[in-house]
Amino acid sequence: MQFLAYILSRLVQMVPVLFLVVLIAFLAMELVPGDPIMLMLGGRANETMLAALHAEFGLDRPAITRFFSFIINALQGDLGTSIIQRQPVSVIVGERIEKTVFVIVYGAVLAVLVALPLAVIAAMKHDRPVDHVIRIGGMIGMSMPPFWLALLLILLFGLGLGWFPIGGYGEGFFGHLWHLFLPGLTIALFLSPILVASLRAAMLDVMGEDYIEVARSKGLSPRRIMFKHVLRNALIPAITVLSINIGWLLSGAVIVEYVFSIPGMGSLLVRSVGSRDYPVIQGLTVVFALFVMLTNLAADLSYMLVDRRVLRK
Amino acid sequence: MPTQAILIAAPGAVRREVARWSVTLKVGSLMLLVIVLAGIFAPLVAPFDPYFQDYDRVLLPPSGTHLFGTDQLGRDLFSRVIYGIRIDLMVGFIITFVPMIYGVAIGALAGYYGGVLDSVLMRLLDTAIAFPFLVLIIVVIAILGPGVQSIYIAVFLVAWTMYARLARAEMLVERSKDYMLAAKTLGYPTSRIIFRHALPNIIGSSVVFSMADFVLNILLLSGLSFLGLGIQPPEPEWGAMVAEGRDFIFENWWICTLPGLAIVVTGTALSLIGDGLARRFGQRHQAIL
Repeated sequence: MQFLAYILSRLVQMVPVLFLVVLIAFLAMELVPGDPIMLMLGGRANETMLAALHAEFGLDRPAITRFFSFIINALQGDLGTSIIQRQPVSVIVGERIEKTVFVIVYGAVLAVLVALPLAVIAAMKHDRPVDHVIRIGGMIGMSMPPFWLALLLILLFGLGLGWFPIGGYGEGFFGHLWHLFLPGLTIALFLSPILVASLRAAMLDVMGEDYIEVARSKGLSPRRIMFKHVLRNALIPAITVLSINIGWLLSGAVIVEYVFSIPGMGSLLVRSVGSRDYPVIQGLTVVFALFVMLTNLAADLSYMLVDRRVLRK
Repeated sequence: MPTQAILIAAPGAVRREVARWSVTLKVGSLMLLVIVLAGIFAPLVAPFDPYFQDYDRVLLPPSGTHLFGTDQLGRDLFSRVIYGIRIDLMVGFIITFVPMIYGVAIGALAGYYGGVLDSVLMRLLDTAIAFPFLVLIIVVIAILGPGVQSIYIAVFLVAWTMYARLARAEMLVERSKDYMLAAKTLGYPTSRIIFRHALPNIIGSSVVFSMADFVLNILLLSGLSFLGLGIQPPEPEWGAMVAEGRDFIFENWWICTLPGLAIVVTGTALSLIGDGLARRFGQRHQAIL
């Protein structure tokens, strides 16, 4: 019951943010200097075509009417029609969501696999040489731009060793895993420094708590204390950092999709900005924002699985 | 307050201050100093004109004359990377520290006065954290077209919120301390109390965060330029240079890899400074993001 009330209050909190997002998406086409239809067609339009398209996109109606119909249509899952591809935006974006989610989840899983052992080692060997090496390595890692990392991985694994494909999405689940290994690794490598640093800091905080002292004085082995008590309690700050960085993760995904030519939402966004396909940009804005908000919600809910005390706050 | 100590610097004070620095802060500052000097004196450091196209010397691998080789138009890549400091470091600096100035000011005011101002600010901050930043930038670029102005506008709209959050939290702790009450009792004007007395004590976490922010902003600028949405090709921007070299990656690896190295080195210098500042300001563990 408490749980449901919590979810409900979080969903209510999302409403004003979502309204702002839809407003910004709407303004994307509204604030363009000049005529957006003219810009999209690049001057290839004659008078009758222009008038027809204006009517089709509702540009002959006042802005406020258009805004409300934009909201009402968006609520019904209708995000308009792409002017370049001549297809509903919901269809174009819809078939790409899965690919972007696959890349991001794959990258996040690889990032945890890389970051968790490093963070545990760094925290256990606190202020010893190993810890410093990991910390400095993390600083260098955080400074690596994802597009550059991606090109290095292409050079090394794609061309030099020839182990992995350097583009495309692949067929079937294992085909995806194989094709998306380099993109996933790129995301993992640029995400894990942040993850290692926050997990390490969280674990050091937990290690200073009284109950760890109690566990130690009861004679539990350091390994057991680490995995049973420290790690579990350090997960909350780590989840927070991951969810705060979901926007950052998405921006990495945009670049990675572009470099490895994966047909996801990110590469679509870059291409749509280039071709000034405003309805697609609007649709992607809303979907991206929803994605970030739902991830933050999921992170908050997962706190409860890790630590029941969150509910009482 | 260390920065003030440096500002009124007698040489002895500087030496004592530097002696307190950690190794990371020393190494990072030295690296950044070299990079900044190379950027300021780019015409002296760079052996060639960064825009000059020499069609007799295209796609040359790194050598003594061309340290980083040449690109498909025969331009000297090392010279372009040196001139790139002026773009990446400068724009990165602006989009980090301009929002920091008014972000800290807004946060400090809201934390000091509380009330309606504070609750309005908190609503705004909650909205900003849920909003995907990159999407906003791309929308602004879609409206205004690619270029550095779009990046300025989008970043200035959003980036101050993190600083306001940090400054507000610190001000809430600081405002009831004795020295603040003393300043108030003495009848000092509020502006003096906030900016002269409280500010030096609440700015630490923002300064530490600004270094990580600086790194991320350079990555953002070069990333957008790489996608063709930021600074446009003839300019020697590092990300744009990597993008230009991407078509030649198979035969001429140096065009896209070496300019990227400049980003890594600059970012590492800033991260080292951030780590050192976190220690200098006495934070127990590095406060990251």
